[in-house]
Formats: sequence, C-alpha cells, structure tokens
Amino acid sequence: METNQYLEMFLDESKEHLQSCNEHLLELENNPQDLAIVNEIFRSAHTLKGMSATMGYEDIADLTHKMENVLDAIRNSKIEVTTEILDVVFKAVDYLEEMVLDIEAGGTGKKDVSELVSILNRIEAGESIPNDSSAAETAAAVMEVEMNNASAPSMEYDEFELTVIGQSSEQGFQAYEVTVELREDCLLKAARVFMVFEILEKSGEVIKSIPNVEQLENEDFDEKFTVVLLTKEDVSAISAKVMKVSEVEHVQVMPISVNALKEEKRAKEEQASKAVVEEKENKQEPVKEAAAKQQSKRGSAASHSNKTIRVNIDRLDVLMNLFEELVIDRGRLQSIASELHNPDLNETVERMTRVSGDLQNIILNMRMIPVETVFNRFPKMVRQLARDLDKKIKLEIIGAETELDRTVIDEIGDPLVHLIRNALDHGVESPAERIAKGKPEEGTVTLRAYHSGNHVFIELEDDGAGVNRERVLAKALERGIITEESAATLTDKQVAELILASGFSTAEKITDVSGRGVGLDVVKSTIESLGGYISIDSKEGQGSLFQVQLPLTLSIISVMLVELDKDIYAIPLSSIIETAIIQTSDIMNAHNQKVIDFRGSIVPLVNLKDIFEMEDADGRSDGFQSVVIVRKGEKLAGLVVDSFIGQQEIVLKSLGNYLQSVFAISGATILGNGQVALIVDCNALIK
Amino acid sequence: MTELVGQDTVKFIVFQLLDKEYAMEVDVVEGIEKLMSITRVPKTPSYVKGVINLRGVVTPIVDLRERFGLEAKKMDDNNRIIIVSLQDFEVGLIVDAANDVIDIPLRSIEPQPEVVGSVESEFISGVVKLDKRLLVMLNLDKVLQPLKRVSSDEY
Repeated sequence: METNQYLEMFLDESKEHLQSCNEHLLELENNPQDLAIVNEIFRSAHTLKGMSATMGYEDIADLTHKMENVLDAIRNSKIEVTTEILDVVFKAVDYLEEMVLDIEAGGTGKKDVSELVSILNRIEAGESIPNDSSAAETAAAVMEVEMNNASAPSMEYDEFELTVIGQSSEQGFQAYEVTVELREDCLLKAARVFMVFEILEKSGEVIKSIPNVEQLENEDFDEKFTVVLLTKEDVSAISAKVMKVSEVEHVQVMPISVNALKEEKRAKEEQASKAVVEEKENKQEPVKEAAAKQQSKRGSAASHSNKTIRVNIDRLDVLMNLFEELVIDRGRLQSIASELHNPDLNETVERMTRVSGDLQNIILNMRMIPVETVFNRFPKMVRQLARDLDKKIKLEIIGAETELDRTVIDEIGDPLVHLIRNALDHGVESPAERIAKGKPEEGTVTLRAYHSGNHVFIELEDDGAGVNRERVLAKALERGIITEESAATLTDKQVAELILASGFSTAEKITDVSGRGVGLDVVKSTIESLGGYISIDSKEGQGSLFQVQLPLTLSIISVMLVELDKDIYAIPLSSIIETAIIQTSDIMNAHNQKVIDFRGSIVPLVNLKDIFEMEDADGRSDGFQSVVIVRKGEKLAGLVVDSFIGQQEIVLKSLGNYLQSVFAISGATILGNGQVALIVDCNALIK
Repeated sequence: MTELVGQDTVKFIVFQLLDKEYAMEVDVVEGIEKLMSITRVPKTPSYVKGVINLRGVVTPIVDLRERFGLEAKKMDDNNRIIIVSLQDFEVGLIVDAANDVIDIPLRSIEPQPEVVGSVESEFISGVVKLDKRLLVMLNLDKVLQPLKRVSSDEY
C-alpha cells in the first residue's frame, strides 16, 4: 500500500496521541485509582498501534502493543499503578516519540526496543495475560461484564420492553446491553452502525437502541451507541463478532437481569410515590457521574475533532500578506471617505471595515496557537529530571492559553527546555539543603506566559538558590568575560546576566542534565534571533526569575498615532495606559530628569523629539504638553509628543535587514495616505 | 565587433552622480522610481534618508551622494531612486539621474586606477571606458553593508 500521502497525517496524529498519553500518564500518577484515565491512555495507544501498523512501522506497533497490554492489566485491576511501572510506560512513550521523530526526519522509525519490551512483558507476565490482543480485548470485555454485573443497568426500560425481556428470558434468551464504541476517526458511522446491527440481528433480536435508530442513521451521536439484544449466544461470541466490524474501537456487552430491572422499576415507583429525599442521592449520583464521564469523553472527543483541516503554513503566510494589503487599502479608503463626506460611501466603508475586522480576527487567530503546545511537554520532563537529580520539584504552569504566532512557537521550545533544565539543575537545591535553609522540601518552578504591550512574556521562576554573585564573578574573571575593575561596579542584575555570556557555565561538574557543553548563551542568541530579549532577576538564596520577552512577529496591531514635528509615529496601544495633557508647570525636575506626578506616582518624562534627535526639541511653550503614559511591566514612563492623532489598526512591517534594529523603533507601517510611519518601541525607552 | 552576446556582455544600468557616470549590473536592479515621500528614521547614519512605501514594502533609502561624501544637492525632477536587491534585503539608492541601459563587454572592465576623483575607492569594483565615456562600477556589497545593531548602551 502506498502510504506516503498519509505520512504527514500519521506524524501529526501520532504526536497528538503521544502527547495525550503523556498528559494522561501524569494525571494517572496523581490519581492511580482513576481507571477512566487508563482508558484514555489505552485509546490513544490503541489508535497509535493501528495507525503505525497500517503505515508499516512494525516496531512502533509492537512496542505500543506491549504497552497496551500493561495498560490493559492496569485497567482490569490485575496490576497496581506504581511509580516504577509508570516509569517504564513513560519510557515506552519516550521511545515511541523518538521513533516518530525519526520517521519525521526521514528515517525508518526502527529502534531496538527489545529490552523495554521484555520489561513490559515482565510487568504484565505476573498475571499471565495471553499476548494475543483480540483475546486480551475479549478478556477485557468479560472483565467489564463481571465488574459491571452488580451495578444497575444504565438504560431505562418501559413496561413493554420489560415484558419482552421477561418473556424472552423464559424462553432461554438472555438480554444484553451491547455498547459499541466506534473509532474517533470513523468516517461512515451510519454504515458501521448498519453493519453492527446486521451482525447482531443474525444472532438475536435488537429491541431497543440508544440513541434511537433514526438518530443512528443520521449519525446524530458521538462515537458510542448502545443496543439491547436478545440472544442465546454468550458474551465473548457477541463481542468478538462485533469487533470484526472495522473501525470499531471497543465493545462492551453487559447482561441484563430481568429481576434486577423489575426490582429497580418497583423501587423507583415506590420512591416516586414517597418522594424520599434519599432517592436523589441514590439515583442521581450515578447519573451525574455518568453524565460527567460522558461530558469528559465528549470534551476529549471535541479536542480531537475531525472537523479540522491542516493547512500549510506557507499558504497562511500568503493569505496574511494579501490581507495586510487589504488593511492598508481599507485605511486609505477610510481617510478618503472622511474627506468626501458622502453618506453612502461612509456607510459602505464602515461596513467594509466591520467585515474586514472580523476577517482579520479570523486570519490572525488561525496563525495563533496557545503556548500550551510547547508547555505541555514540560511536566513530564520536569518529573523525569527531578527523579534523575533526586530533587523534589513542583512545576506550576500559568497562562498556557496565551497565544503566540506559529512562527515564534516553533522556535521557543528549545530555549525553554534549556532554561528549565538549568533551573532544575542549578536553581532548585536538593531536599536536604532546602530543609537546612528552612525552605519547604519541595521546590517550586513556575512557568508563566502573558501578553504585555506588543510582546509576549514567558517567565521561568524558581525558589531555588539564586545566582551566587561571588562565584559568578570569579568565573567571569577567570574566563576573561569581565575585568577586575568592572567587576566591582556591576549590579546584581548585571552579574546574574553574566551567566548568559558566551563561554560561561557555572556548573562545577558536568552533569547529565545541563552540562552538555551548551551554555545559556545559546538560549540568549536564539531568543535574540527571534527579536526577543532575555533578562534575569535573582536573589541569592531566594530564587531566580528568567524573563523572556518575545515579539508577536507577524501581526496587525492597534496603535495610537502621534505627531512629532510633522512626522507621524505609532505607539502600540497595548503599551499605553492613558494619554494626558499636562501643564508645563506641573513638570518637576529630579536628578536631571523631568518627571510628573501621575496619580500619586512619580513618572519620568521622555521627550521623544530628544530621543529621535529632532530639531526644536523644546519647541512649544503654550503651557501644555501632550503626554502618552506607557508601561513596560511595572515601570511607567511619559512620552512627550506634539499632538495626538488617534487610534488605528496598522499592519506591522519590518524595516528590513538593511536597517537592523534601529534604537527605540520596533518596525514600521503604512498609513492610509501611503506614507510610512514608524512604530515606537516603548520597551526600549524604559529601562 | 558588435556581435558580442551571451556571457561576454552584461547589461548595466548607468546613472549619474555629480558629474560622473556610474554603472551597476541590471540583475540587482529591481526598478527605478521617481522621488517619493520619505519617512525619516531617527538614529541612523545621515546617508540613510529614511524609508519609503514601495508598493507595500517598507524600503530603506540611501542617498548615494552622502554615502560617497559628495556635496549635497537640492532634489529635482531628475532625481531617481534605484531599487536594488541584495542577498536578503532591498534598498533604494537616490541618484541624480538614471536613464541608460547599456551592454558592456566584460573584458573591457578594468581594475580601478589608483585615483578616481574623490569617491572612496572601496566602493568601486572597476572602471569601463566605452567610446568617450568613463563608467565607474559600483561595489554594491560594500556600499550597502547592513547597518549594525545600534547598541542600546548609548542611552
């Protein structure tokens, strides 16, 4: 079978499933009793197995298969979830990831997994589960029957159905609730339903289904449906037959006891007539639980929904560029319309503005992905590293929903991995050391992402040892990064940032974790190549904060246009707190710096004309100054401008490679009249 | 002798600066534009006049007179902006006039004589004598070395 055309899809989906495995494994570690999580993992593993077998990657299929067996044993309560077992499963997922990446890189996806397979076998062997997977699945189905037998049936039956079930049982028929779960990616669900029905009707009689037949025919259900079957055949025969239908993920056959049904019916009637409060607890609890389960199923189903389409990023780039042109022309139209005062034209332009605004949001959002896609590989990494290093570390992730342009997302993963490794290895101390210092035994590492201004900030904070000034200085002197004289004058922040200098590594001995001959200087250069910036704040003994500032590369942003000596500049709205017109007499002097009192805090004034070396820097003297209050993080500054023009959406354009990063200018844009306006980089103006 | 074609001759764009004629290969030239409104970019060398909107692309503009240290001149209708494309960027060059495209036999390009007027010799890759015209070949890579990152320590 020619599978090349599916390769990309296979890779994408494999990664998704592996990620899901990772996430759920971590979850499972915290809730070892929750079998629903095991089922989730099993589902992902199972799909992966099927896909890789189809694609001809036998090693992946084999390993997944072994992993599945272990999961199955867990699911059937044959083995207990322990950290050791999870370690092995994590390892298996790691191997799978490696193999998938190998395939992506053009390799064969082959890897020697025999050792791991034998460990998996041993874990599983204690319980002597047959290795054949269909047998295992049947066994699983039987197990579930046993487990569920005691519980009340999940479906409700009316009087007529009860009678039918009762009568048929007298004739030797057994009633089963057969729950069939189709694979998520099942394409023709109605066809599968039909095939399942046909098989079931050969072995007995279907008297009821949920959802009803009409809904089933219209594919108006998720992956799961349940039918009530009257038959003389036994559980394993039915489930084995149904499993033969392709794209069936899972079958559960549950016998219905007529007596139990009648019992329940009677109990319900009694309860209804008495209206006992307890009834609610007894009855609704399971229903609620089931509903919750259904919900979570549906939630996960939605996140893996088929209704997505993978688009080549290049095409999105083209779309984006075309749209930028449109936005510029829109601006032009707006300014023409405002001059002509033609009501019809105005109305049309307004409509166009609104529509293109919506369009703009859609296009932008298409390119934006939550940093989650990068962050979600860290919990597992931290877990593994903490174990390797014999440290107790808790990873907190805040703001994983913060969205970033796809192009940036692709690049920031590696630098972040490096920073986290660094924080775990050099930052957080060993439990003994921490207790000695009076800190909680478990170290906390916080990964935070948020938008501020025209940038996204990603911060990594740890409550570890912090940067040791003396040691860093000594090292920097030794490596010739700084001189003796400058050493004394450096602030703590500057010292901390020395560890980003090239050729610097504070690790006294090379460890597995971070001493790989790659220093933090690589992190710094990677981030800078993205047009970003990294800074470190560290308090010795209390921890460190690494702050990475990244631009939202390709985007359309809202700005405030201001005038400076006839030139128009744009200040990103996201940096602006407010605009104010202040009296010249309110300007005070402090340390050769003009400041104003802004709502009780002292805010330094920055004269943009000074900064941009324009003439008549102190020009106007009509007693008033227009000031734009901007912020960078916590810090504020007031930018003095000639006048405000107004708010506008602009397309961010770079100044190109010839003018590499001009001071305090983050880019340019084209205004409605075709002129270029420069965008002020407020972050560069505030120290 | 006019049948020199193929690799032997290369098309050059000829432009004027002060009273001299210069030439650059037509391959690097993206277009020739009339003067348009230029937005000044602060904190750049004086020969960077600013940026223009070239059909949606923000393009930096370099004044060649200033780049070569020649006396400045008031702009008039003859001034042209030659858009050149180098490696990974585009730049517009302001010249006094540009109105000729000629074929130059490669072998007629001679190394630059020791003294060629006041123009910095590092910007020159050679000279061509064509009939009675003397054309100076630009070394664009040198002329348009990207401006290095402005250090923020200045502030």
